[in-house]
Amino acid sequence: MDEQNIQIFIDGVKNYFLQQTGVAAEVGTPYLSDAQARVAYEYTGIIGISGSSRGCVYYTAPGALLRDVLLRIGESDVTPANQSDLAGEVANTIAGNARREFGKDFMISVPVVVSGGAERISLPPDLRAMVVPILWRKHAAALVVALAGTS
Amino acid sequence: MKLLIVDDSNIIRSKIARALGSRNLEVVGLARNGHEAVSLFARTRPDVVTMDLTMPEMDGIECIRRLLELNPDTLILVVSALADKATAIEALKLGAQGFLCKPFSEEDLAEAVEELIKGAVHG
Repeated sequence: MDEQNIQIFIDGVKNYFLQQTGVAAEVGTPYLSDAQARVAYEYTGIIGISGSSRGCVYYTAPGALLRDVLLRIGESDVTPANQSDLAGEVANTIAGNARREFGKDFMISVPVVVSGGAERISLPPDLRAMVVPILWRKHAAALVVALAGTS
Repeated sequence: MKLLIVDDSNIIRSKIARALGSRNLEVVGLARNGHEAVSLFARTRPDVVTMDLTMPEMDGIECIRRLLELNPDTLILVVSALADKATAIEALKLGAQGFLCKPFSEEDLAEAVEELIKGAVHG
């Protein structure tokens, strides 16, 4: 995953938060993930990638951030079920929007959402994962991108 | 006019229902995947359908095909995160009349549906 490609996902994060909540997200400097200390908050929406690339993209956030976003988009039901749903939808939207640059052969799965710690998230062991730190209204979250080209 | 909303996300289904339910559209069904959509479509006979593409069990492309076999006059607005041109063209070639990319505002959605209905009236 080169710098230009990670920028596609950073743009996706910024666009999502600004468009959906009217409040911009601050994105920190991306860094390589340590396999032993994988970043994970309360809810994680994971999208599997196949086709022209392989690997996964995941968005992970605390419940407090997800509750806050739900309220901002006009959703009064802020139960854990909807927080989980939102984590999946954010991941789906950012990964799907990346097809604008990567094209149709960048195939995305339906989201799988896990709650709890990093031990529940499995990444392809041969891929390096880039972590994009996100700060939105004082809530920390992250987008993690672990991809390799197949062609 | 009757509206069927198809999306695997509960919050997106709610958002679309909120945005369009107050604009002379009666929400007659909420479906989580293509199979549910086909079943609800047969029972409720909607005039307008909002259709996600990436869904479990039956995706939106296959679902559009099935719904238009049941009623070719149905107005279908694709509402999807898949932002590449090829996917939009494929959906439009299949018979969907509009494509709205996620993330979207309630105003974007209302405008897209208005355009869809206007196009059907004048087309």
